[in-house]
Amino acid sequence: MTDKSASFVYVTFIRTTPEKVFEAITRPETARRYWGHENVSDDWQPGSGWRHIRTDEARTVDLVGEVIESDPPKRLVISWANESQKGDPDQYSRVTFDIEAQGDLVKLTVAHDELQPGSGMLNGVSKGWPQVLSSMKSFLETGQGFDL
Amino acid sequence: MDDDMVFKALADPGRRMLLDRLCEKNGQTLSQLCETMDMKRQSVTQHLGLLEQANLISTVRRGREKLHFINPVPLYEVYERWIRKFEEGRLSLLHDLKQELERNEK
Repeated sequence: MTDKSASFVYVTFIRTTPEKVFEAITRPETARRYWGHENVSDDWQPGSGWRHIRTDEARTVDLVGEVIESDPPKRLVISWANESQKGDPDQYSRVTFDIEAQGDLVKLTVAHDELQPGSGMLNGVSKGWPQVLSSMKSFLETGQGFDL
Repeated sequence: MDDDMVFKALADPGRRMLLDRLCEKNGQTLSQLCETMDMKRQSVTQHLGLLEQANLISTVRRGREKLHFINPVPLYEVYERWIRKFEEGRLSLLHDLKQELERNEK
């Protein structure tokens, strides 16, 4: 069996509302402003597909997956694979967004698991998530994301 | 959350070592971390508490176990705020030079 034991848990505290965080993940017009990508799905309902599309001219699809669980604005679980590896079930990892209000802050926890140890995806996401989450925080608090 | 807490949490060799251990192997229990640390269990618990307050580690309960994960998000914020703007190119050149010179000295 494929070893998919690697996982990460990332946490950021953002001065905003759970609704805005959920929207920052699922609404293409918002995500493009801090992520350099849009996350696109027909309805973000379990069983529907989603795509991670670069905001360049070519609109390259970098990642694909399926919505596993959706409970806006508290929780979203999706599967996650490179577009080029979408035919191989072993290449799918899982991302869970938990969004929880704590006073005037929102605690956003991103758990990325079912990753293969030593894989390129593991390496990529371990660099990528801290950047994306810092940029999201900056965008939601100041209106300005980072260049990603 | 707070820059002060991040810098304070990092200003201790034992806590930095704990982060290194989690970097090598993410998602460890307190007992696993204690095995590789030359430190009393109680001290490790205290250090982990401070690191969690500074949001440099996150914890997840899995069954009866509590797993500790390194959370580099605040470090990236420090990087954006304090490093990126000071011209990365030149800094990395200086960093390489320092490494090179120090290697020659050994």
